[in-house]
Amino acid sequence: MSTQETEKETETTTATMTTTATMPVQPAGGTLRGVGVSAWFGARRVLEGVNIDMRAGVVTALIGPSGCGKSTFLRILNRMHELVPIASLAGSVLLDGDDIYGTALPITEVRRRIGMVFQKPNPFPAMTIGDNVMAGLKLTGRKAANREQLIEESLRRAGLWNEVRNRLSAPAGGLSGGQQQRLCIARSLAVRPDVLLMDEPCSALDPTSTRRIEETIHELKDQVTIVIVTHNMQQAQRVSQHCAFFLAAEDEPGRVVEQGATEHIFGSPEDPRTADYVNGRFG
Amino acid sequence: MAATRAIEQKPAEKQDIPDKAVDAAKAAPRRRPRAWRWADIGEFAGSAASALLLTWLIFDRFLPFRIQGVAFVVAWYVLTLPIYWLVVRDGHGPVTARDRLASLLITTGAAVALSPIFLVVGYVTVRGLGVIDFSFLAETMELTGPLSEADDGGLLHSLIGTLEQLGIATLIAVPLGVLTAVYLSEISGPLARPTRLVADAMTALPSIVAGLFVYSIVVIRTGWGFSGFAGSLALTILMLPTVTIAAEQVLRVVPGSLREAALALGSPYWRSVLLVVLPTARAGLATAVILGMARVVGETAPVLLTVGGTNVLNVNPFSDYQDNIPLFVFNQIRSSKETFVERAWGGALLLLVLVLILFVLARLAGGAGPGGGRSRRRKGAAK
Repeated sequence: MSTQETEKETETTTATMTTTATMPVQPAGGTLRGVGVSAWFGARRVLEGVNIDMRAGVVTALIGPSGCGKSTFLRILNRMHELVPIASLAGSVLLDGDDIYGTALPITEVRRRIGMVFQKPNPFPAMTIGDNVMAGLKLTGRKAANREQLIEESLRRAGLWNEVRNRLSAPAGGLSGGQQQRLCIARSLAVRPDVLLMDEPCSALDPTSTRRIEETIHELKDQVTIVIVTHNMQQAQRVSQHCAFFLAAEDEPGRVVEQGATEHIFGSPEDPRTADYVNGRFG
Repeated sequence: MAATRAIEQKPAEKQDIPDKAVDAAKAAPRRRPRAWRWADIGEFAGSAASALLLTWLIFDRFLPFRIQGVAFVVAWYVLTLPIYWLVVRDGHGPVTARDRLASLLITTGAAVALSPIFLVVGYVTVRGLGVIDFSFLAETMELTGPLSEADDGGLLHSLIGTLEQLGIATLIAVPLGVLTAVYLSEISGPLARPTRLVADAMTALPSIVAGLFVYSIVVIRTGWGFSGFAGSLALTILMLPTVTIAAEQVLRVVPGSLREAALALGSPYWRSVLLVVLPTARAGLATAVILGMARVVGETAPVLLTVGGTNVLNVNPFSDYQDNIPLFVFNQIRSSKETFVERAWGGALLLLVLVLILFVLARLAGGAGPGGGRSRRRKGAAK
């Protein structure tokens, strides 16, 4: 089955939410919903009234020019935004219906269930490849029932197993940039998150590594909800089914100008600014 | 220069012509454009030699009075500079000449900065090597009097004292210093600024003041009396700011992206510091610890007031007089007897060796990467 066919089928599944015998299994992963999200750095408002549904089985792409707040929005989704001392926000983010900024979910649990892959590969340099994969469990104070099995499974899901299977005890710093990024994906997957946020995961990588990561995203799509920020229009078209276009006018906070099915955003956008951006006329 | 290059290339070209094109690439002469050639060395040696002769001519034949020693060397060096410049300018042009002259001046600066270290280490080694043997390390001064030979007696009591006092001081200062550094760089609360200020100021604390403080509080006020432990406390005071500042700088270098990565996995902050930040900075932290130890291992003033000094072996650091190596050197060198003075130089050499061992240990501890000896051992321990 080709990737495109899979995408279409998944979309219909999530769109209609009906169960018939011919449909593929219900996609795993959590549903993330941003409701009226605004954000500030100090007195400067960078994001205003963002409402996006990020459903399971669907890759959601956040696109837009630099400085429009899409990375800030992504960091709000797993409470990384508040690491900046002057940051504040309004609105709420619901993970399967629970507010992640509420008291019901501890912050460490939020971050474990909503994993993040960063722009620059950041494996832990003081750990081996295997230890890097297991780092999430160690850092959340949990024990793995079967260490070797979890390492292999996570690395396989990230598409890195065949390249590193014989050097799991080598330092992670010795891998290439693309391999390091896939190791970071494996590290995020090892704690079994419901959602995986990716902040321009391929911007520091070469085309071959980029393709490997995109393949990985395709393979993971049915196991975990993926939200990806990207500057690359082709990449957004290739990997995502849902797409949100962010834009910030000068001295104004970023807003979602248009969102919807990716083919709609790229094929027949309603807002002229979206059409200009996706066709490369600015940004 | 052009002529030299042509001569160098000629034989290679002759070889190339009869060969086929494939072999030609293989046989092409390898050039290292930045390598020193004999001609360059000759230029410098010739300049230095002519400057030497010129200096000799001026000093020995022209001057009506005699200036010797240092002035001769300085004049030789000063004369070398313009001669070398003229020679290089003639052969390579003014740009190269200026470049070479600058290189020469800078290299001289580095050599002058290095020379005291080599002089001190060399002198101490020459003076001390005669006394150091096994018995010097295995005996004490208990039975050694003014009439004993220089190779009688030893500093076992001082060595034991130094190791114990340094060990206790390290045990106290390193956890405190690293915790303070973690506070300064990771938590950075309202106390961070004053703490950093005090730590900076404390590096300049005169060591005799630290000794006096411990002397009046621990030795006198509590009635504990002189002991190795009191010395450890004085050394701790001196070690703490050094370890703190060095460790903080090391922790600051750990990229923030690693902290974010750890937090994004759902880690509590303390675990991310313990399992990611500190291991990443491991090499630098080891260096910070060793820097602190090296800072205090040679301190004499504070231990003079707290440890007391003795000729007898006392392995218990918590009661009664102890000795240590700087104190041993201090006490021996004051003697008018030549044998005692020789032992003092032996002690000084041993102190240098101790510092050397500390630095080698720091490099070894810091150099082991993940998957190397240290982490493998750690994994084994976990199982």
